[in-house]
This record gives sequence, C-alpha cells and structure tokens, in this order.
Amino acid sequence: MAKHSLRWVALVYVLLLLLLPLGLVTWRTFEHGLSPVFDALTTQEAGHAFQVTAIVALLSVLCNTVFGVGASILLVRHDFPGRRLLNAAIDLPIAVSPVVVGLALILVYGRFEPIGGWLHRQGFDVIYALPGMVLATVFVSLPLVVRAVAPVLEEIGTDQEQAARTLGASSWQTFRRITFPAIRAAVGYGVVLSLARSIGEFGAVAVVSGHIVGSTQTATLFVEERFENFDQPAAYAASFTLAMTAVIALLLTRYLRLRGDRT
Amino acid sequence: MTVQLDLVDPAPLTGEPGRRRDLHLGRRGGLSLVTTYLSLVVLLPLAAVVWRSQSHGWGQFWHAVHSPEAWAAIKLTLGASVIVALVNLVMGTLIAWVLVRDTFPGKAALDTVIDLPFALPTIVAGLVLLSLYGSDSALGVNLAYARSGVLLALLFVTLPFVVRTVQPVLLELDRDMEDAAASLGASRLTIFRRIILPNLVPAMLGGTALAFARSISEYGSTVLISGNLPFKTEVASVSIYNQIQSDNVSGAAAVSTLLLAVSLLVLLLVNLAQRWVGHRG
Repeated sequence: MAKHSLRWVALVYVLLLLLLPLGLVTWRTFEHGLSPVFDALTTQEAGHAFQVTAIVALLSVLCNTVFGVGASILLVRHDFPGRRLLNAAIDLPIAVSPVVVGLALILVYGRFEPIGGWLHRQGFDVIYALPGMVLATVFVSLPLVVRAVAPVLEEIGTDQEQAARTLGASSWQTFRRITFPAIRAAVGYGVVLSLARSIGEFGAVAVVSGHIVGSTQTATLFVEERFENFDQPAAYAASFTLAMTAVIALLLTRYLRLRGDRT
Repeated sequence: MTVQLDLVDPAPLTGEPGRRRDLHLGRRGGLSLVTTYLSLVVLLPLAAVVWRSQSHGWGQFWHAVHSPEAWAAIKLTLGASVIVALVNLVMGTLIAWVLVRDTFPGKAALDTVIDLPFALPTIVAGLVLLSLYGSDSALGVNLAYARSGVLLALLFVTLPFVVRTVQPVLLELDRDMEDAAASLGASRLTIFRRIILPNLVPAMLGGTALAFARSISEYGSTVLISGNLPFKTEVASVSIYNQIQSDNVSGAAAVSTLLLAVSLLVLLLVNLAQRWVGHRG
C-alpha cells in the first residue's frame, strides 16, 4: 500500500507540473485546426526567426563539438599542470545565469575598451549581431560535449590506441581509425544535447541580440515578443514547434545512450 | 537527457607508459587552443563582470546590491530557491525511488518524461505553465504575476536534477543489506533510515545543490509567468536584465557577481560535504 501511495504522489506531481501543462499547450495550439498554425509559422517574421535560430545553433554546436572532442582528449589522455583547473573551468557555465552570460559578453565584446571598442573601430560588431549570439550560445552549451565524451574516452582505455601507434600509425590516423569510432555514439549524444540547448537558449541571447525583429530575433525571442504583443496563436505555434524539437532531441539521446551502452 | 555536472575531480591518470612521453608540438598546440577558446568565451567575460562590479570599490558594490529593487529581487530569488531546493530534495528522491523500486505500466515513459525540462526551451516552459496556471486557467488556479508562479516555474525547470543524481545510486545499491536487516526484524522505516538513506545522502545533496544553483540563476521560465513586478515577483536575473537595459552596467555586474559567488559557494560546499560523507562511510 505504501508503495502505491508513493507511486501516486510521484505521478500526480509530474502530471500537474509537466504533462498537463504540455498537453494543454498542444491543445491550445491546434484548437482552431491546422491552418492557423501553418499561417502563423509561415509569416516572414517567423520564418526568419527560425532561420536565425538554425544558423546560431549550427555554428555553436560546430564550435563546441570540435572544442569538446579536443578538450576531452586533452583531459583524459594527457597530464599537464593545471589539468584539474581546466576540468573545473569547463563546468563553470552550468552555474552561470543566462543573463549574466549576456552581461559578461557585453562587457568584453560590447563597445567597451579595450577589446570591444577596438573591434568596433575595425568595423566588426559582436554585440547586437550574429557573432555575439553565437558566443552566448557557445558559452551556455560549452560543457555538454566534453561531459558526454570524456567518460567514454576514460572507459575505452588506451590499449588499442597504443597498438595502433606501435604499428606505425600517425596520431591523426589513430584518432580517425581507432579513437573516433569508439566515441562516435558519445559525440552524437553530446551534439544532440548541445543542439537542444542551443535552439532553446533564451536569456543570454535576449541580452546580446538587442531584439531586432527580422534581424537578430531567434525563435525563442519570437515566442516572447509575439506573446507580449497578444498574438497568442503565433506564440503557441512557435512554442509547439520548439517543444517538438525538444521531444525529438530527448528521444534521440535515449536512443544514442542505449547504443552507447551496447558498444 | 542528462546534464552531468562533474562535481568530482577527474579520475587520476593511470600511469600507463607513453602518457607523459609525448610532449610534442601537437599536444601543446591543442592545450593552448583549448585554453584560448575557454578564456575568450567563458573566463575573460566572467572576469570582466567581477572586475566591473569592483571597479568603483566595495562601497559602490554594496550600494548596488542593496538598492531597494535589487535587494528585494535577491531576497525573493534566494528564498524561493531554498524552498525549491527542499521540495526537489523530497520529491526528486521520491520519484527516483518510484522509478527504481516500483513497477507499473508506463514507468519507462515516466522515466523519459523526467528529462523534458532539460530539453524544453525555458521560454516555452513559461508559456506552458501559464496555459494551465495563468489567468484563463482550466483548473481555476491563477498563479500569474504571483510569487507562487515564480516557485512553480523554478520547480518545473529543476525537476530532473535530484531524480537524475539519486536514481543511478539507488540502482547500484546492494539489496542484500536490506534483506539482512529485514530478516533481523528491522521495520521498513528503520531499513530506509539506517541503510538506504545514508547511501543516498551524497547524491541527494549533490542534486539539491544543482537545483539550487539552477534556481537562483533562472531567467527564461519566470519571465512570462511572473510579470516581473518589482518588489513582488522580480527575480534576480530579471533585475540584472532590467539594469542592463537601463545602462546601469555596474549595478548589473554587482548583482551578477553576488549570484555567481553564491552558486559557486554552494557547489563547493556540497562538494566538500560529499567528500566528508564519503570518507566517513
């Protein structure tokens, strides 16, 4: 009996906090059929917002994947002074508020001296433009690939890599033929996590983008702007699309984790 | 989908031959690239925030943090986060328990759904909550523009932390000890208190600390549901945001530095507590 009551407490909590609200948003989105949703998502503004999100997310994930794999190899396969410090520093973004991320980037790359002011004089604006938004997104999703890849790298050990090196393979060959195939599922897992995080980022991008509709507005900023302007159908339609992306990402990570466990 | 914060140090390198051998160019280049990237994106900007908050001295720092509006936001954020952390401590452990020890149809689905708050964009989370707990609530509960709405948003985004730190520990737990205790006549409560709980405490603490840190820095999910009313529902992140918008960068930096210090301190303390419990065990 006690077991069952615990089960019900857990189920009711998750239902009220998570599932009912999500179900209701889905219902509200399609309350008046498919065509209003389609119309809301095919306006020029909405299309542009999703396009900006796609560009920013892809660029950030690309940067963080290269960094993540490199940093994991360094942390797991090499010893150097400051290794533990580097390891701790990589986790820093998890403890930072998205708004603080935005502020931090403005202070360095906004029109403040020395760096941002100099960049501005060269005609290169980072803040209120795409580079700043990519930087903000890179910041918030920085640890994800490293934390997905490093444990797997640790687990597979160095036997095969050493064998390859003994047989005369170069370090690039060893990486491409031995290391990478072994960490592929983990990299995929990290990439999907980073993509979901990047697509969903709101606060940091809100600070550095300047909210310029039709220029620096991402999908999440579009949701807020439409909602504040009482255009609920558009806000709901865009939210539903983002939520579906999140669900697909969630299912993908499940699949990748299962695959990772098998190999 | 789990976000694993590695509170523990990296595993010590096992001394295989060849590890320290290759002090060649590639590795050095790699190290400097990784450090440069991390510095340009994370370390330098964060240092700039701390530096900016101190640029007019401690007096100005306290003045900015203590300004009525910012101070009200900080108090609300810390208070709400403590409540949210405690609720998560209980509910997260309970959900993890149900996921590991109970069997019922739909358990796998529940297990998957728990991660949704990690995957869902925060602004969408806010909108989702508003649809059920907003002014046209189907349940007749209107939490919009109220402090309870802020709590709800924070509970939503922090749901997975304790569940996902406690669950693996519970899975690994050896049930022989529990059986032994039961055969010696211990009640279920005694077994839970004396055998299960001590094993779970480090994970529970770790998850709760993460939930707390996330909670004090949360922005997106609270924006729509709280209405950002100064002195009432404005959380610290929103206060920072407003100060940035009104060009009070130093004030924003001061509140930011305080938030950063609190989260890092909590994570550090919990890390130490976990080690202490670990050593004692």
